[in-house]
Order: sequence, then structure tokens, then C-alpha cells
Amino acid sequence: MPAPLVPLSDAISRHVHDGDSVALEGFTHLIPFAAGHEIIRQRRRGLHLIRMTPDLIYDQMIGMGCATRLTFSWGGNPGVGSLHRLREAVERQWPQPLALTEFTHAELALAYQAGASGMSCAVMPHYAATDLEALPRPSVRRLPCPFTGRELTAVPAINPDVTILHAQQIDAAGNVLIRGIVGAAREAALAARRVLVTVEERVETLAAGMNAVVLPAWLIASASLVPGGAYPSYAQGCYARDNRFYRAWDEIARDREAFSAWMERHVLGVPDHAAQLRILGVAA
Amino acid sequence: MSVPAYTPDEIMTVTAARQLKDGAVCFVGIGLPSAACNLARLTHAPNLVLIYESGTVGVRPNVLPLSIGDGELAETATCIVPLPEIFAHYLQRGRVDVGFLGAAQIDRYGNLNSTVVGDYAHPAVRLPGGGGAPEIATYAREVLIIMKQSPRSFVPRLDFRTSCGYLGGSGERAASGAPGAGPRAVITDFGMLRPQPDSEELELAGLYPGITADAARQATGWPLKVAARLETLPPPEPQQLATLRELEARTRTAHARPIHIPL
Repeated sequence: MPAPLVPLSDAISRHVHDGDSVALEGFTHLIPFAAGHEIIRQRRRGLHLIRMTPDLIYDQMIGMGCATRLTFSWGGNPGVGSLHRLREAVERQWPQPLALTEFTHAELALAYQAGASGMSCAVMPHYAATDLEALPRPSVRRLPCPFTGRELTAVPAINPDVTILHAQQIDAAGNVLIRGIVGAAREAALAARRVLVTVEERVETLAAGMNAVVLPAWLIASASLVPGGAYPSYAQGCYARDNRFYRAWDEIARDREAFSAWMERHVLGVPDHAAQLRILGVAA
Repeated sequence: MSVPAYTPDEIMTVTAARQLKDGAVCFVGIGLPSAACNLARLTHAPNLVLIYESGTVGVRPNVLPLSIGDGELAETATCIVPLPEIFAHYLQRGRVDVGFLGAAQIDRYGNLNSTVVGDYAHPAVRLPGGGGAPEIATYAREVLIIMKQSPRSFVPRLDFRTSCGYLGGSGERAASGAPGAGPRAVITDFGMLRPQPDSEELELAGLYPGITADAARQATGWPLKVAARLETLPPPEPQQLATLRELEARTRTAHARPIHIPL
């Protein structure tokens, strides 16, 4: 018997706890905004947030005081500029200090793979590329290849307490389909102790080709039906990325008061994601 | 003085596009690199293979993406691969000819900083960080860099080395074993810098029409050397400008389109 779809608020209150390490993955595409906003509404604290590209969703969670630690590989607003709330946390410790663990994209993708494989670390070739490895507490270490003696970079495994993904479809048996840019979503899910998903639609049978990215139902702790759940990111085949919103965020997030007011009105002040989409005029 | 019929961004984009040979495999960053690669593809290099780090391979977008992973890239890609695969099986394996990078700071050996201004632990400005750049800088057979030139960005000493150019120059990069050859050119809003073959120090190799070497020197935070042969770079051709402007107009329209989600 597949687990029934549960309301997102129940999924978050049951599976995301203060102090958890949490990866909301999805590389530009399928970013689980609705789930992030529900975490903000439930006022989780002390989270260790993990994401390759923190994007607007972690800018919002950091600015709202959910996180004390961030593991990431590129923290900007793509094509626009800074994540101002992330910057203010790092530069001025507002609303609280944020400890950083920083990787390159290739390293962090490998860290998820190691976690998904039950390894303590995974390796890649080492070159004198970056000062990241010269930091007092470097995120990666060096070791020689036992076969060739060539120098390797060892990247520690990442095993989030919770990975949350957004996806296009769930079928009657609870299997979940991701279509389009997949990023490191599958690796992040398989590395996690618990996997939560939000989905655009429920169907009888997935529209999945033979080699499609499908997460079988038995890997998933909880699934919630949240149409538009990736907005202002996007769900391929359902709706496009709202590039206008990504540009507008630059101005909203630049200022503490404007940010707090936006979050109060569009996240704390609404019961759920659908209500937010209606206020924004995105959904009728 | 006559006003050029193009903007600094336009001549930078066209100059960068001209560096790309038809059939090359390019790892593309967002912004000017993306505009340059697509301009090349729409003009002299129809068989350019464009890879964006979102795992989209062989894309042929009709409009420029705002992010590295817009749906336009997925819809026009030959294939979409997971992130561990794009970095390991394509970039790290040596399948990329040209990597395109920008940064907040560059030094005279083409090393780049996109991590912090100031001290890492207490930065004056926290920049986005490395992303794909450190590995692109290491593995792409050659690297093109596009950056606006100013004493704040062309610095004597980086606050942080995010990605390697020629390290300390004079063969240090090659000795480190880095597979790629390093930066072949730095395209700026004044002209082009290229590494001197022995020292690998970047020197002024080309200027846009109407720009002086003195102006380029004043926009550089180290004493910029001038190459023995200083080239005058050609202005954009009308067809290149028309193609670029059409591409950007299509992009503006697409990005302004409101999103509607049926609930």
C-alpha cells in the first residue's frame, strides 16, 4: 500500500526538526520553494542548509533566521547578482551568524554521490586550482592514489537528515518522476536519511520513458501535492521560470525592512503556497 | 570625436564570439559569455557545441537564458545529464575545448577571484563563490575570460584565488599538471589581453577602435605591459550587430512574459 499524499504542513512538521541538516535540491529547475516557505512558516531554527546553489529559497530561509550553517558551491542570484540576505548573514551576522562550508560544484556533486553510495568520501583528481583547500578548515583533503601515486582530492560524503525535492508527477503507487534538468537531485535524495517530495500532479501512470529519472515509492518518506510548488523556479512542461521575479528579488532583498515586509505578506501571512501564488497574481 | 555605432558590451561580445571556431565544444557561463557563444553559433560557427553547467549539452536556445538552467536550455539540448556526469564525464575527462569565465578580480597571470573581497573569514564583500569555475579553469583545453577592465577588478594581488590562470607564471601552471592550457585571451571593454609566451604575464595585445593604450593602462591595477605587436581589433560587422540585437530583443520579450500557473 503506497503512503497517501499528505498536506505539506504535516510533512514538514513531522519530518523537519530544529537542528536538522536539510537539502532542498533542484539545480535552478524544480526548486522546492513551497516546502522552504512551509519550513519558514513553522519557524524551524538551527538548520544546516545544504544546496549547490542556495538561490532565492535559501536567501529567504537565511534571512528569516532558519539556518546557522550553510553548505554550498555557488551563492548568487543567477544572471542577476548577489543574494543579499546570504551576504548580510556572512558580512554582518544578520539575523545571526552563518557558518559556511564551501565546495566547488564538481566537489559538492561528488559529495552527494559519496553519500548516496554509502562511502565516507569520494575522490577526484587534484590540481592546485583554488585557495578553498588552503582555508584553516578545508572542506576537502588530499591523498595519493594507491595505484599511480597521483595526487587526489578526497571530498567528504554528505548525508542530509532530510532531502526535499519538487517533481512533476507521482503515480497511484507513489513513484515520482522528474523531467528536465535534474542537477544532483537524485544523488541528494539517495544520500538522505529521509526524502520528502512535493509534486505538480497525481497521475495513474507516469509519463516516463525507459531511462527516465524515477524515484520509487519505497524511497520516499512523504509526498505532498503542491501545484506550482517550484515557483518562482519552474517545472519543465508545467510552467516557466519567472525571470521577472528573480530580477525583482534583487531590490526586495537588498533592504532588511523590504525583505521582512515581503516575507510577512507573502509567506508568514498566508496559509499555504496556493494563497501566495494568488496574491502574486501568478495563479487565478 | 565620432560616437561608435555599438556599445562596449556589444564589441566585447562580438570580439569574444570571434574567438570561437566552428565545431568547438564550449562550456558556457551566464551573461556575456552566453551571449558571445550564441552569437557565434548564429553567425560563423553553426556547429559550435554549447554545454551549460546545468547538464544541458548541445543547446541551441532561441533566447538567452537568464540562469544557467532555464527551461529554454533543456528544451533545445541534445541531451540532459546529471551534474556529477557533466563535471566528471565531460569536463574532467577532457571533452571541453573552450571554457568561458568571468570574475570579480583578475591578476596579471589570469588567476581569478569570485569568492570574497577582503579576508575570507570576515569579508567586506561575500561574492557567489566558485561554482563550476575552478574545474572549468583547470580542465578546459583553453579558457577565455570576459571582464570589464578597472583598477578594482584588474588587481596586483587577488584577495582569494578561486580559479587558476597561470598561477605565478613562467610555466608554473604546466608544472602543476593542470590538464588545460590556461587563459588564451582576456576580453575587456578596452580590448584584449593575451599571455606573453614566456612569462605568461597578461599584456595588452589589442585595442578597440578609438581606444588608447594609456586608457587601458589606467584601467589596470598593475603596470600593464604592451605586446610588441599591438593590434587594432575590428569593430562589429553590421550582420553581427543585427543578429546580437535581435537575440537580445527576443530575450527581453521572453523574460518579461508573465507566468500563469493553473491551480
